[in-house]
Amino acid sequence: MSLLEIKNLHVKVDDHEILKGINLTINPGEVHSIMGPNGSGKSTLAQVLARREAYDVTEGQIIYNGKDLLEMKAEDAACEGVFLAFQYPVEIPGIGNAYFLRSALNAVRKYHGQEEMDAMDFLPLFREKMKLLEMDEKLLNRSVNEGFSGGEKKRNEILQMAVLEPKLAVLDETDSGLDIDALRIVANGVNKLRSPERAMIVVTHYQRLLNYIVPDFVHVLVNGRIVRSGGPELALELEEKGYAEVEGEPREKALA
Amino acid sequence: MSTNVDTIRDLAQQEYKWGFVTDIEEERIPKGLNEDVIRLISAKKHEPEFMLDWRLKAYRHWASLEKAEAEPKWANVKYPPINYQGITYYSAPKQKAKIESLDQLDPEILRTYEKLGIPLQEQKMLAGVAVDAVFDSVSVATTFKGKLAEKGIIFCSFSEAVKNHPELVQKYLGSVVPHTDNFFAALNAAVFSDGSFVYVPKGVRCPLELSTYFRINAAETGQFERTLIIADEGAYVSYLEGCTAPIRDENQLHAAVVELIALDNAQIKYSTVQNWYPGDKQGKGGIYNFVTKRGGCRGVNSKISWTQVETGSAITWKYPSCILQGDNSVGEFYSVALTNNYQQADTGTKMIHLGKNTKSTIVSKGISAGHGQNTYRGQVKILKGASGARNYTQCDSLLIGDKCGAHTFPYIDVRNASARMEHEASTSKIGEDQLFYLRQRGLKAEDAVSMIVNGFCKRVFRELPMEFAVEAQKLLSVSLEGSVG
Repeated sequence: MSLLEIKNLHVKVDDHEILKGINLTINPGEVHSIMGPNGSGKSTLAQVLARREAYDVTEGQIIYNGKDLLEMKAEDAACEGVFLAFQYPVEIPGIGNAYFLRSALNAVRKYHGQEEMDAMDFLPLFREKMKLLEMDEKLLNRSVNEGFSGGEKKRNEILQMAVLEPKLAVLDETDSGLDIDALRIVANGVNKLRSPERAMIVVTHYQRLLNYIVPDFVHVLVNGRIVRSGGPELALELEEKGYAEVEGEPREKALA
Repeated sequence: MSTNVDTIRDLAQQEYKWGFVTDIEEERIPKGLNEDVIRLISAKKHEPEFMLDWRLKAYRHWASLEKAEAEPKWANVKYPPINYQGITYYSAPKQKAKIESLDQLDPEILRTYEKLGIPLQEQKMLAGVAVDAVFDSVSVATTFKGKLAEKGIIFCSFSEAVKNHPELVQKYLGSVVPHTDNFFAALNAAVFSDGSFVYVPKGVRCPLELSTYFRINAAETGQFERTLIIADEGAYVSYLEGCTAPIRDENQLHAAVVELIALDNAQIKYSTVQNWYPGDKQGKGGIYNFVTKRGGCRGVNSKISWTQVETGSAITWKYPSCILQGDNSVGEFYSVALTNNYQQADTGTKMIHLGKNTKSTIVSKGISAGHGQNTYRGQVKILKGASGARNYTQCDSLLIGDKCGAHTFPYIDVRNASARMEHEASTSKIGEDQLFYLRQRGLKAEDAVSMIVNGFCKRVFRELPMEFAVEAQKLLSVSLEGSVG
């Protein structure tokens, strides 16, 4: 059974149609990359999957893990295993990073009828995951994202993903604002989280990230539609030719 | 209220042990205020002559103010005129009506108790459920009183203090908040019913947090309370007022006075959690909380620190202040004020610097939700002789929704060129992006809001005693209920 099935998805923001009929099927264990120029609708797709309310779904369907995702509130989708690594992570002053993440983990555990984790049990887990992302321990008790550098914020997103262990992770331009070292660390963290049970959608402008996180499939999103789909080699072709040239060509094939 | 069973048991007993109801039958006098009423109040309380004189002086002053219509109108709050002749100024403190079990209680209140995590026995006590007399006689309160007595600390009701320690009362009463201070302080001085009295002798560090909770029992708390705390040279005391459980009261007007006195090298820490009935969601009912709180840092190196978490009352009018008289004395004010639905708060502080090298810190966090109106009003005054005085003020407002308001009125008056003043202020709104971020991680919308608010208040909660801080956080969450869709 596929993990995610998007059928003919149309989305409007302020009466402006952004997504114009997206079809996409993702199986557990797969990594899909969505590439496209600015304004093509990549981030909109990511936000809709995370159930942000500002988006108006006018047509279509999203079946996630056998359930109607569009019926879910943001927190329910999160508890069901949908994770969005934000392009611009938000600062929460006065709330410690570890405390926040434990609260999130416990919200998810509670949703599934599991016992909540206390600070003593949580800390070792947290420390272990921090190592995975080569993060400084001082970020443990600093307020969430407050005063973090761009790279630290992005690493913090992946740290959260590592702790929350989602079924479907959507990475929205996780590479933006990262220098090459930070990019390597983040990509390394993401790669370690690849597993046969977990699917990922990597949204990016540039092929650069895909040298580190090699996707199984690449989709080109232009003007609200997927215009081409292919394997990792498609990313290289894009890098060479640019979006303009690829845009006109017919869609290669529907994905199973 | 995470007190253990022993404490609860003890609290249940106090009602019978040290209750206010020992010598007075249920009695009420006619509505209205005049000199006879004052005399009657004083007589009922078997007060010495000096108290009666003091009350009468206060009454005459208040009457002249009332005649001149001098009730303060400058605060940024709105309410219909109060009919002072329509209030009963003396009724013997009476016990709450007993009910048989919690089932008879308003389910809304029960739900709140549960959210605050108040243990069942304690819920019963708060609600006035008749508690079975199965508790044994060993009580925490006795131990508590014993420990204090050992150190020579006096902690009793105001009435007891008038009886047993008149010299201390006479010396300090009204010395920080004179009856001429303001309209409500004059009214309080004339008619105050009871309150707390604390004296910590020279060089003594009070080993326990003193809490009104230990003293005031299931009887109704006074409408006009008066508290006097004196820390003698080198003494230290931490005092906790109020509790997080919602308190309902048939009296709408509350006008309390609190006076603190810190002598040389003494320290007083005063923490308040105020959760009087705020009125319903439409703004009907609720307590008018018009309070005068002031501390005198009389001695060198003395320190007074106010911390308040104000979530209740329909209207709050309150400015816990410090008069920094002793050289090197320190005044602090940490405040969280939350207004939801139709609540109004006009609160802040005054820091009056008289002594050399005096320091004051003000951290105010105002949260407005619903149709709530929240005003910070603060005065920092550096007088001529206060060389080297310093003040740091931080004043932040957080808005939830688009129908509430936040207002800031800082007054700064500096008359000594060596003073150093810092003032920081901010106003922010809980953003949709913050909420979405937290919800995307699995937190429910309401939990997300309370997490953001708690983060906002962290600087103030840090100043509260540990247990109080935990309660205060829960209280904020409960008070914010329904503020997000």
